[in-house]
Amino acid sequence: MSPERKLRVLIAKPGLDGHDRGAKIIARAYRDAGFEVVYLGLHQTPEQIVNATIQEDVDLVGLSCLSGAHLYLFGEVVKQLRERGAGDVTVIGGGIIPKEDIPKLKKVGIKEVFLPGTPLEQIIRWTKKNVKPLN
Amino acid sequence: MKLSDKVLKGDVPAAARLIRCIEDELSGAAEELENVYLHTGRAHIVGVTGAPGTGKSTLLGCLIGIFRKKDMKVGVVAVDPTSPFSGGALLGDRVRMQAYGVDKDVFIRSLASRGWKGGLAKATVSTVHVMDAMGKDVIFVEAVGSGQGEIDIAHVADTVILVLTPGMGDEVQMMKAGILEAADVFVINKADLEGADKLKLDLEIMLGMQARTASGWKPGITLTEATRDKGTHEVAEELRRHREFLISSGELAKRRQERARLELLWAVESHLKTHIDKMDPEHLAKLVDDLAQRKTNPRSAAQKIIAEISSGG
Repeated sequence: MSPERKLRVLIAKPGLDGHDRGAKIIARAYRDAGFEVVYLGLHQTPEQIVNATIQEDVDLVGLSCLSGAHLYLFGEVVKQLRERGAGDVTVIGGGIIPKEDIPKLKKVGIKEVFLPGTPLEQIIRWTKKNVKPLN
Repeated sequence: MKLSDKVLKGDVPAAARLIRCIEDELSGAAEELENVYLHTGRAHIVGVTGAPGTGKSTLLGCLIGIFRKKDMKVGVVAVDPTSPFSGGALLGDRVRMQAYGVDKDVFIRSLASRGWKGGLAKATVSTVHVMDAMGKDVIFVEAVGSGQGEIDIAHVADTVILVLTPGMGDEVQMMKAGILEAADVFVINKADLEGADKLKLDLEIMLGMQARTASGWKPGITLTEATRDKGTHEVAEELRRHREFLISSGELAKRRQERARLELLWAVESHLKTHIDKMDPEHLAKLVDDLAQRKTNPRSAAQKIIAEISSGG
């Protein structure tokens, strides 16, 4: 009986915004849900995020942005992941994001966006349903 | 091309994928690892251990920089504990090393302990082998632990750094720590805090009292402030000094022998455990029942299982 595979997740904050409470809450919620969470922290460039994603072989990347630069930064992460052969990694986002931007984000490859106030159980449920270990 | 062949060429995504396959015990991983193992033994493996909060990751961040300036390729295996309640883990060591997050010659991999005792993860040694085969010159293994009883790191590394900070406890605390006997390089981080000098003195006395260094190694104690990158060059110098000592005294060969022996035992244990996990549950239940009913004894039951493994059953 081989063990059930654990989901590996990376949580990062691209760009200059310095409020990481939300990101930390999600990271802890994912840990409590049984996932292995690589917490990358603040002020990460898309390149740093993509590099870590590849080295850590994660299945899911969660990006948090409160500064309004999400359209550029989130899109850039997906773009670079695809360029480097890691396009099968699921990327989701959260933070201060206007509802109108959600379709735009999905168009550039963000699988789902979770706005502030979304119940953690909802995010966990979505993740368990939509993200499987890559191989 | 097989994953292991790509690893030998230094391919990072292949190495990352192989490590994951090993961690998750996917089929085929063991065979890939066999190929990888033949190309290991070159890298200097440095273990970094100490209580949580002593600044291991920050210190490591500084050391990576120093080794990179010498144009050496660096690997880091950072182990964090798996929660015994949720089975999940928060892998937060990488955060402090992200300055090297885009350096193509630095490979940082975070591992969750997944219940493995001893301060490491089951996949730690295999991960070190993968990085070794990739061509890393030095591989740091950052271990979980309060330093008491978590001494697996000493079996995995060529050089063990123990990181302490002032105010952690007194001399009695140190006497209980088995890791004190296993460490080669001693660092007192956050040396700007009160108590650093007393800790150094206590440590010097403790080390003087030990008969351990039959090998002839004289450990030094370095004071550092990792957040300010102070004292870190001295630590790197201690690593270099120990490496030279290991080679010139023949200790390196001895440690490698011991490590090979342990890996063999671990592999045998793992093989047995896998067999038991895969056993027909009814067959196993019958054996257990016979044991409970005193129809057989533990040794005979074990020999029965081993005989089954040998005959390929």
